[in-house]
Amino acid sequence: MVSKKRLVAILIFLVALSAIAAVFDYEPLWHKINSGGSWNLGLDLAGGSLLTYQVDLSKVNSADQDSVVTGLRDVIERRVNLFGVSEPRVYTENAAGTTRLVVELAGIRDVNQAIKEIGATPFLDFREVVPTASTTTAGNAGIKNSASSTIEFIPTTLNGRYIIGAQLNLNSVTREPEVAIQFNDEGGKIFADLTTNNIGKPLAIFLDNELIEMPTVKEAITGGKAQISGNFTIDSARQLVERFNAGALPAPVTLVNQETISPDFGKEALDRAIFAGFLGLAIVILFMIFYYRQLGIFAAFALLMYTALTLAIFKILPVTMTLSGIAGFILSIGMAVDANILVFERTKEELKKGLSHYSAIEEGFRRAWTSIRDSNISTLITAAVLYYFTSSFVRGFALTLFIGVLVSMFSAITITRTMLRIFIGQDKEMKK
Amino acid sequence: MGFSGLMVLLCWVLVGIWGLRPGIDLNGGTEWQMTFAKSDVTEAAVQQTLQSAAVVSGEVSVKQSNDGSFIVRLPNLTNDEHQKYFDVLKQKFGDITEKNYSSIGPAIGSELKTKAMWAIVLVLIGISLFIAWAFRKVSEPVKSWKYGIVTLITLVHDVSIPAGLLALLGYWKGIEIDTNFIVALLVVMGFSVHDTIVVFDRIRENLTLNRGRKFDLGDIIRFSVKETFTRSVNTSLTLILVLVVLLAFGPPSLFYFILTILVGTIFGTYSSIFVASPLLYLWQRR
Repeated sequence: MVSKKRLVAILIFLVALSAIAAVFDYEPLWHKINSGGSWNLGLDLAGGSLLTYQVDLSKVNSADQDSVVTGLRDVIERRVNLFGVSEPRVYTENAAGTTRLVVELAGIRDVNQAIKEIGATPFLDFREVVPTASTTTAGNAGIKNSASSTIEFIPTTLNGRYIIGAQLNLNSVTREPEVAIQFNDEGGKIFADLTTNNIGKPLAIFLDNELIEMPTVKEAITGGKAQISGNFTIDSARQLVERFNAGALPAPVTLVNQETISPDFGKEALDRAIFAGFLGLAIVILFMIFYYRQLGIFAAFALLMYTALTLAIFKILPVTMTLSGIAGFILSIGMAVDANILVFERTKEELKKGLSHYSAIEEGFRRAWTSIRDSNISTLITAAVLYYFTSSFVRGFALTLFIGVLVSMFSAITITRTMLRIFIGQDKEMKK
Repeated sequence: MGFSGLMVLLCWVLVGIWGLRPGIDLNGGTEWQMTFAKSDVTEAAVQQTLQSAAVVSGEVSVKQSNDGSFIVRLPNLTNDEHQKYFDVLKQKFGDITEKNYSSIGPAIGSELKTKAMWAIVLVLIGISLFIAWAFRKVSEPVKSWKYGIVTLITLVHDVSIPAGLLALLGYWKGIEIDTNFIVALLVVMGFSVHDTIVVFDRIRENLTLNRGRKFDLGDIIRFSVKETFTRSVNTSLTLILVLVVLLAFGPPSLFYFILTILVGTIFGTYSSIFVASPLLYLWQRR
């Protein structure tokens, strides 16, 4: 038999934890303590746009496909960042043999502008550098943006269209990373001219009108192959290769799916959902107290603590809260109390059989546990399948349901049981 | 049980005749919700304007909802086409506020359909297998896989009823199904099995208790159902209470989603008590 002191200690710990969780969940209070830590709201609550682009990889051979997609993703992410959207997300989605890029823009004002910018294929071009005293030194060091504002560039005809591919190499002598570019025949000729005219001078490489590299030309290159070296780390070289491949092998993107939700619409839905949630919680508590009397009060406390703890977990992980995610959580509240009901019913049964309070509770938990475990597992199976199969909106639902069920199992075993053991388990026997 | 069989049959017939109306995320298309600054705009006027603009070919439908906003249905649009329609509307009717805009390509739509089918099948099989496994130790006199199959049949029953309801609503009020509906069905499957488990669990316990003694399976089953009746009802009741609250006070966009779960849960509870156990008994008797 576990000592009463220890049980009370556990209970106090759990209550304190829940209280902290509750403060953490309730933003107006929490923000007084800590300005960070806000709820992560999904697009359908914060408002914003979800754009899905299909990537046309038909002209890319399979070896380069990953590199092209990654390159595309990076370029698009950079463009999206320009819109000043908080935490834009760009990710790839592979489905049924096609590759897609999904762009999530929360809280964006003008989605049309974003679509125009994103849709354009990344553009790579080479430019000559107007010789001044500073450019030669800048070129040698391969410095990028800081110097570019004072340097003048002359556009050339050489751009990404002429590049067949790029590769990352390690220099056999110096073991330093280098980027090797292959031009097609036409490009090779233009490049030969360019390099002949610019020996000892830097040649600027622009991606989407942004200067990315400015290597110095060492000699005239006629073979259509170029080696760019100097001041690369493995990562920066790899990034350049990806960008070349993205800019060089045009993988056009087409918008196949667009979902836009205005922030007011989202807020309205959120408010109603929260209200319904609290009301639902209140009604379940009332029911439990009404039907199970004293035991119901314990269930009520357990439920409140469950709510606080689960919400805190959502906030910490963090789980992006979508509207269906909140629905999932509210449903799990209705289910969290089931474990308590099963235990109470069983305990009543055992009491009728004549067991002592303490034994009835232990038996109640033991016997009810198999039902609780099995039914929760079936919900977990459903949530797992949902998570794996559906869109980001519905994933919120699957995730909150899943976590909610797990926490409810925990709360039934620990919170409710501890309370019962403390307040009911020992009275009749101790009074002898 | 006869009643249930009839209901299921009826629902399948409904689905067969009227079909389930797929929404845009299963079929592809555009759904556009907007409000106009002017208050005298009518459905017909908007429909007319859009149709004569004819930026894309295909059906245009306009409905006005209770809160005054208009819901427009169009085929899948590119952004330029979207913009063109927007300009046309703005020119004719003045200021527009876009509340919601969704344009889904047909490829994604059909992909979702496939995924949805798979998800349903997986959950059905997954849960049935799990039940068969969980009840593996009580093989006499009912083989454990029978528990699984009975669960499967019960689940199909539970899912058919909401489907039939949605077919009815689809025919009558033009309500469509979307991915949320599929999610609701899956949720119903996950939940309705709870009560079934509670009863089966009790049957298992009683069978174990009476091992070695002579007993009548029918009695045991009836007994088990009686014992667990209250808790089955109560656990479902708490869920139903929450669902009703959500239905009445929750966000309107989730209305049919919640309704589907609610109907499924009610019939799910009913099925656990009046379908699963009798089915087990009848099957065993053969």
